[in-house]
Amino acid sequence: MAHSARTDCPELPDFFLLKRLARDQLIYLLEQLPGKKDLFIEADLMSPLDRIANVSTLKQHEVDKLYKVEYKPIVSTSDQLCFLIRPRIQTVKWIYVANADKATGRFRRYKIIFTPQKFYACDAVLEEQGIIGDVTTDEWSFYLLPLDDDIISLELPEFFRDNFLAGDQRWVRTAGSALHLLHSLYGPFSKVYGIGRCSKMAYESWREQVEEGEQKARQAEIGKVFLIDRDVDFVTPLCSQVVYEGLVDDIFKIKCACVEFGPDVTSSDKSIKVMLNSQDRVFNEIRNEHFSNVFGFLSQKARNLQTSYDKRRGMDIKQMKTFVSEELKGLKQEHRLLSLHIGACESIMKKKTKQDFQELLKTEHSLLEGFEIRESISFIEEHINRQVSMIESLRLLCLLSITENGKSSFFLCSYGVDHLLTFANLRQLGLLVEQQPGETLTVMESKVGKLVNDRTGGKLSDAFSSLAKKSNFRALSRKLNLVPKSDEEYDLRVPRDMAYIFSGAYVPLSCKLIEQVLERDGWTGLEEVTRLLNGHEFAVTGYGADSKAKNDAQRIILVMFLGGCTFSEISALRFLGREKPSMLFLLTIWLMETPRVSVTLISSIF
Amino acid sequence: MMKNKADEEDYWNSSKFKAFTFDDEDDEFSRLKESKRAVNSIRPLVDEDDDEEEVEKVSWSGEPVGSKTPLLFNTYCAVIGWRDYVSDWSPEETVQRMQQGKAVSLEKFRSLQDKLLLLDYAVSAHDGNVITAPLWDLFVFPEVLFRELTDRQTALRHFIHYLTESKDQRLLLELLRYLPLSTPGLPLLQYKEHLGIADENKRRDFLKSCLSLPFSPEDSVHVEDHYTLLERQIIIEATDGHAERGGKQEIFQKFPRKASILNMPLITTLYYCCFYHYTESEGTYSSPLNIRQTFKLSEKQFFVTALAARAKLKAWPDVDALFTSRNWLGFTRKKSPLSFQRVVDVLHKNSAPTQVLQDYVALVDDAELRITLAQKHKCHDIVINTYRDLKDRQQLLGYRAKMARGSAEERKINELLNNSQIRWKN
Repeated sequence: MAHSARTDCPELPDFFLLKRLARDQLIYLLEQLPGKKDLFIEADLMSPLDRIANVSTLKQHEVDKLYKVEYKPIVSTSDQLCFLIRPRIQTVKWIYVANADKATGRFRRYKIIFTPQKFYACDAVLEEQGIIGDVTTDEWSFYLLPLDDDIISLELPEFFRDNFLAGDQRWVRTAGSALHLLHSLYGPFSKVYGIGRCSKMAYESWREQVEEGEQKARQAEIGKVFLIDRDVDFVTPLCSQVVYEGLVDDIFKIKCACVEFGPDVTSSDKSIKVMLNSQDRVFNEIRNEHFSNVFGFLSQKARNLQTSYDKRRGMDIKQMKTFVSEELKGLKQEHRLLSLHIGACESIMKKKTKQDFQELLKTEHSLLEGFEIRESISFIEEHINRQVSMIESLRLLCLLSITENGKSSFFLCSYGVDHLLTFANLRQLGLLVEQQPGETLTVMESKVGKLVNDRTGGKLSDAFSSLAKKSNFRALSRKLNLVPKSDEEYDLRVPRDMAYIFSGAYVPLSCKLIEQVLERDGWTGLEEVTRLLNGHEFAVTGYGADSKAKNDAQRIILVMFLGGCTFSEISALRFLGREKPSMLFLLTIWLMETPRVSVTLISSIF
Repeated sequence: MMKNKADEEDYWNSSKFKAFTFDDEDDEFSRLKESKRAVNSIRPLVDEDDDEEEVEKVSWSGEPVGSKTPLLFNTYCAVIGWRDYVSDWSPEETVQRMQQGKAVSLEKFRSLQDKLLLLDYAVSAHDGNVITAPLWDLFVFPEVLFRELTDRQTALRHFIHYLTESKDQRLLLELLRYLPLSTPGLPLLQYKEHLGIADENKRRDFLKSCLSLPFSPEDSVHVEDHYTLLERQIIIEATDGHAERGGKQEIFQKFPRKASILNMPLITTLYYCCFYHYTESEGTYSSPLNIRQTFKLSEKQFFVTALAARAKLKAWPDVDALFTSRNWLGFTRKKSPLSFQRVVDVLHKNSAPTQVLQDYVALVDDAELRITLAQKHKCHDIVINTYRDLKDRQQLLGYRAKMARGSAEERKINELLNNSQIRWKN
C-alpha cells in the first residue's frame, strides 16, 4: 500500500535555487524604483508570488500597499506605482484607463514589470496610448515555480488556449526559455525526446537559446527530457480521476499546490487553506492511491495513532516528559492532518454518490474499451437531455467523439445553440472529431493534395489539417495495449501497471508513450504509433553531455507537458518511477484537470 | 567576432544594405526616430548587463559592435556611445534580435517586400511575440495587410487573436469582411457577434441575417433553429408577461416565473411550456407539442422534460398518463422510452412522494436493481415482495430486523415466513 521510497533513489535536484533566482531578480527590479511604492499584482500571480516572496520581503523593499489588479480605477496616494502583471493587453490597457493623473496634473512614477516576459504587442499598446515615456517597463523572468519535490509549474493558464486553440505561438519561446533555464541550472541533458508540434518548436527555440549563450561544463543533475504536447493525448484528461490527489483536485481545485477545504471538510464553521505536498506526511502516502484504498489506509492510520496516544498510560513522569517533548507534537500534527483528509474523503464520497458516479465510470470504461457503445451513447444522451451538469455532458461527448467517432446534436437543444461556438473550438482542438469516415477522407486527401501548390500550400494544408483531425484512439489503444483485458481481476491495492489510476481500465496514452520511448531510447519500432499521432516526434542526443555516463542523474527524467497535465498522469509517472529502476520522474507541467479543460473552451470562438 | 575586410567590401557593393548618407533629407527625421528608439532601448540593455544570470550576460556582450556599418558612422556611434547600431540588420537577424529582446529598428523595412520578409522570418521562427510585431508596421493600410494575410494562415491567426484580445471589434469585422467566405470558421465568427446584442428584437434580426451565411449544412440547421426559437420566445415572453401582470391566470400566481424565457436553451423552453402551457392545443406557439413538432425533438427528449415539469407541479395524473399506452386489445400498460430506474431518479429529484415512486420502482425489471432502488426510496413492500419472489428467506429475515417493531411491514414479513406454501431457497 503506502509505497516506501526506493532506497537507491538518486537525489532530486534542488529546486530551491529556482525560487531564489526569481526572488532575487524581483527584489532587484523593485529596487529599480527606489522609495515607497504601491504594488498592483495580477490576480492569478498572487499565489505564485506568495511562494516566491512573502509580504514582509516586499515590505523590506519599500512596497507600501498591495493591490490586486481588478480593472477598477486606481485609488492610491503613493507617488510611485508599480504593476506586476502578465503581458496581457487587457491589463496594459487598464493601466492607462485607470490613471487619470494626466488630466488632473498629478505627477507620479509608473513602472510595469511583465512576467515572464514582455510582448511587443504590449509596447504597441503603450505607444498607441501615448504613455510610453511616462511608464517604464521591465521583465521579471520568473518562468518556473517549484510546487513539490518533483513538480515544477509554469502557472500559465492561457498557454493551452493561446497555443492550441488560437494558434498563437507567443508562449513557444517562453517554453524554450523555461527549458533553457533548467538546462543551465541542472543540465546538460544527455537526450531530449518529444512529440507534438509545440514541443518541437519549443525544443528548437531552446536550442537557439543554447547557441546564443555559452554552456559551462558542469555536473548534470537531470539526465533526459521528454516534451509532449497536450493534444497528443486528450483521452486521458477527459477521464474521471479516481486517484486521491486527482479527486481532491476535481472537487476542491488545487491551486499552486494549495487547496481550500470548506466547512464540510473541516467540520467547523471555518474554511482552511492547506498546502498539499510531500511535506504533508499523511497526504504523501495517499496521494497516488486509488480512492478505494484510501479509506482503509486512513482508518489503519487512525488506529496506529490511537495506539501511540495510548502509550501514555502507565508512563512514569520521566517517560511522560520525553513523550511530550519528542512525540506529542508530531502525533498532534498527524492527528490534525488525518482528520482533514478523512473529512475530505467523506466530502468526496458524498458528492460522487450524488451524481451516479458508478454509472459514469462504467460509461467511460465502456467507451475506452469500445464495448456496449449503444448503452453508453444512451447514457450520455439522457445525461444531456436532463440538462445535468453541462461540463460533464461536454466531457462525455468529447470522450465519445474521440474514442468512437459518435456524436449527439442533443447538446445544443439542452444547453443552447450558442454552443455551436464551443463545438467549433472543440473541433479546432481535436476534442470533437469530424464525422468523416476514413475512406471519404482519403479521397479528399488526394484531391486536396493535387490542388496544393507552393503559394496556397500553407493555407490549404492548414485548412485541411483541421479537417483531418481525426482520432485514431482505437488503433492506438490496440497498438500500445492501453486497455488491459477485462476478464482478469485487477487488484487495485497491488497495482501491476499504470492502469491502476483508472481502476485498471486504461493505461494513460501519454504516460505509455513516455514509457515506451524511454525504454527503446527513441521512436524506433513506434513508427505506426507516431503516424497515428500525426508525427512531429523527435529524439536528439544531447550536446556537451556524455550520454553513456551511467551516473544517477541519468535516471532523472524531466517530462514537460505543453498545455498541462492531470494529477492522474503524475501518479502514473510516479508509479513508473517506482517500478523501473532506470526512470525517475520529475515533471514540469502546466496543471489542468478535466473540468478545467472544457471550461476554458465554452462558448467562445478564440 | 570581427568581420573581415571582404565582408566590408561586400557590404559596400551590395544593394541589400541601405548606405547611410548625410545628404538625404529624410534621414534627419529617421535618425531622430532611431535615436529615440535607441534611447528607449538603453534601459533593458543596462539591465541585462547587471543581470545575475551569467548566460544572459554573455549572450549580449558578445555581439559585434557596428561591424557592418560604414566607418564614419561607426565612429559616430562610438562617440555617442551606441554599442549596437540598430538599423542595419537583415530581416533574419532582426527577427533573431527581436526574439532575444534586443533593440531593433523596423523603420528601415519600408518596402512591402521587406516587411513581408520580416513577417515570414518571424513565422518560421515560431515566435508569436515577434510575429505580431511587424504586423504593427503594416497597419497603416489594413487592406494591404489583409491581402497578404490571406495567404499566411499562421500570421492571420495571430492577427485575429491579437484583435480579439485587444477588443478591436471594428478592425476585426473589417478583416472578416475582407477574407474569402470559404475561410474556415468565418461564418461562425460572424454569428458570434449576436452574443454582444442585448436587445432581443435586434438579436433576432441579426440571427435572421445570419441565415444566409455559408455555414456547414449541419450548422445552418442549428442557426435556423436558433432564430426560430428566439422569435418564438419573444412572443411567449410578451404574452406570458402580460398574463402574469394581469393576474387572471392562476398558474402564474401560484408559481411566479423566476426568470424570463428569452435566450434560454430549447429544452428549457420546452420545460417552461410543459410547466405553464401543458394542455394547450397544438396550434399555439407555446404548446409543448408544437415545440416538439417544430424542432423535431426526439421522443426521449420530450418525455424526460415533460416528466420533470409535471412532477415538479405534482401533477401525478399527467405523469401517469405519459407512460400509458394501449395495446391492440385495449389494455393499458406502462411504457417508457427511458429506463424505469432513470424515471425513478427524475421523479425523486423532483421530490415525488414514496407512494408515487413505488409504482415506478416496481416496474424496474432487474430484481437486484429493483431492491437497491426500493431500499433507497423506502418502498418496503417492493423489497419484501421481491425477496419473496426470489424465495430468499435470509434476506427477508435481515430486512425484518430493520423494520419498526409492530409495523405493518414486520407483520407482512412474519406472515410470509410462516407461510408453508413457499419453498425457500435458504
